[in-house]
Amino acid sequence: MTTVAPAKTASRLDHQPGGGRPTARKSPYPYWFLVPGGLIFTIFFLVPSVMAFYFSLTRWTLFDQEFIGLDNYVQFFREPALASGLWHTIVYAAVTSGLKVVLGMALAVLLTGPILGRGFMRSVAFFPVLVSTIGVGLTFQVLMHPTKGVINQALDLIGITGPAWLVDPDWALLSVALVDVWQGAGLATVIYMAGILSIPGEYFEAAKVDGAGPWQRFRHVTLPLSKPAGVSVIILSLIGGMRKFDLIWAMTKGGPGFTSDVMASVVYKQYQAGFYGLSTAGNVVLFLLVIVIVLPLFWFFNRREDAR
Amino acid sequence: MNTRTRPNYWLSALAIVLFAVVFLIPFAFIVLTAAKSQTESALLQFSWPTEWAFVQNLQDVVEARDYLLIIAFINSTILTVASVAVVVILAAMAAFVLQRRKGRWTSGLNLVVLSGLVIPPAVVPTIWVLQQTGLFKTMPGLILVEIAYAMAFCVLLFQAFIASVPRELDEAATIDGAGPVGLFFRVVFPLLRPIIVTIVVVQSVFIWNDFASPLYFLPGDENATVQLTLFNFQGQYTNAYNLLFMDILLVTVPPLIMFMIFQRQIVSGMVAGSVKG
Repeated sequence: MTTVAPAKTASRLDHQPGGGRPTARKSPYPYWFLVPGGLIFTIFFLVPSVMAFYFSLTRWTLFDQEFIGLDNYVQFFREPALASGLWHTIVYAAVTSGLKVVLGMALAVLLTGPILGRGFMRSVAFFPVLVSTIGVGLTFQVLMHPTKGVINQALDLIGITGPAWLVDPDWALLSVALVDVWQGAGLATVIYMAGILSIPGEYFEAAKVDGAGPWQRFRHVTLPLSKPAGVSVIILSLIGGMRKFDLIWAMTKGGPGFTSDVMASVVYKQYQAGFYGLSTAGNVVLFLLVIVIVLPLFWFFNRREDAR
Repeated sequence: MNTRTRPNYWLSALAIVLFAVVFLIPFAFIVLTAAKSQTESALLQFSWPTEWAFVQNLQDVVEARDYLLIIAFINSTILTVASVAVVVILAAMAAFVLQRRKGRWTSGLNLVVLSGLVIPPAVVPTIWVLQQTGLFKTMPGLILVEIAYAMAFCVLLFQAFIASVPRELDEAATIDGAGPVGLFFRVVFPLLRPIIVTIVVVQSVFIWNDFASPLYFLPGDENATVQLTLFNFQGQYTNAYNLLFMDILLVTVPPLIMFMIFQRQIVSGMVAGSVKG
């Protein structure tokens, strides 16, 4: 026995893509639920993001703006101190993301394998993720002191002369990237662990029965089947790496010279110096860089997913 | 599984030692340096303090610059609690509708949400918006910005979780006469507890540790948040490493406590969210 009322309710609940009903005014999922969150997101995130395109074309003092076309961009790419920030950002994102993928994978295999003290190691590796990046940066600034620092003194003990880390222009950017990896590898590990743990055990069993050794099991079972986790790690760490500001600011402030300046620190320095238009142009360049790198990756990974 | 029965003792021992050295020594260094006298801390050595100045350093750091650290702790606490509380409720409401109501509208909005995760925030235009609304250099302004920045991530996590809440519940509640507000806050929201715990912990730690947003949107000493005090210390006491590390230690304590209490939820929640997203 069906009464009329519940049937009506059920049909109102049933919002399939094709069957949108104009009479759905009493949907239990009202659009106004989106309004408060959407309003804050729009005003304080979307509006500035869109306005950035306009302001980047102006000489701007926050009160007063003068349209100057592409001058800010011309200046940005002409001055090596600014333009090198773009290159450093790419290097930094590639190095941190590459190392996080490899280390995260290795640690995840280790920590899901037959090993004692797993719980301890999982906690310890994840802990730096939660600690203040500024605190980590300032701590490693001290640990990386060229002569007095603990790292180089430890290297001395085993007969290696460590580099001058943050002081050496060739090493500064890389040194910060290594600390970034130290801090963020735990997150990559956790994501990979989730991917590996979700692989059904029978696959490993079957591979073993077929005579596959540990390396072959890793190569042909673990690696392909933890791909979604790998995609997450790559995309998250690339985006994070390209936006990085706090760690670099805490450790080198972009120095020595401009050798570890990245887009985010260029944006801050230009803002500090009062060049708001130029600073915003830097933001737009960073935005375009993220889009150019991340969108093709999304597309590439999704396509491969569909093909399978 | 056969592979799990026999642990490799040598590998285990090696791994544990390596993890301890790589991940724990920096933290041990922080604690030890925070307990040293100023002259001894300047040597930057990894060693036991010859005289313990822990309490003295603690007192010095707290009292420095007219108790700036206390003000910073209050500011950071207000910022963190207010932003997280609001973003959790608003993001859950938005995720609920975006997840349940499928249509042209919502799929477009999902793209907008995703853009919030990818696009780097445009900082100076945000200052402009804050000035236009009279919120620049105010705590409410910074709170609103933190909410906006956290929104995308939270909505995506909530959406993934709400997908596992059965629709039959909605129907049952509606038949029982619940309106949208009652349905959401009395039936659905309580069911989101596990993911709410994860989001609260992750976002609290994230906003507590945020440095760039307060630097841009709430400048000025009287408005300092805890992360900014680290820089104030570094600038003012170039050689007082003992005080700098004491400050790092103090600032790290709240996230550390959260981590210890919610360790399992954080890791499993991060896992659930990141693999799907």
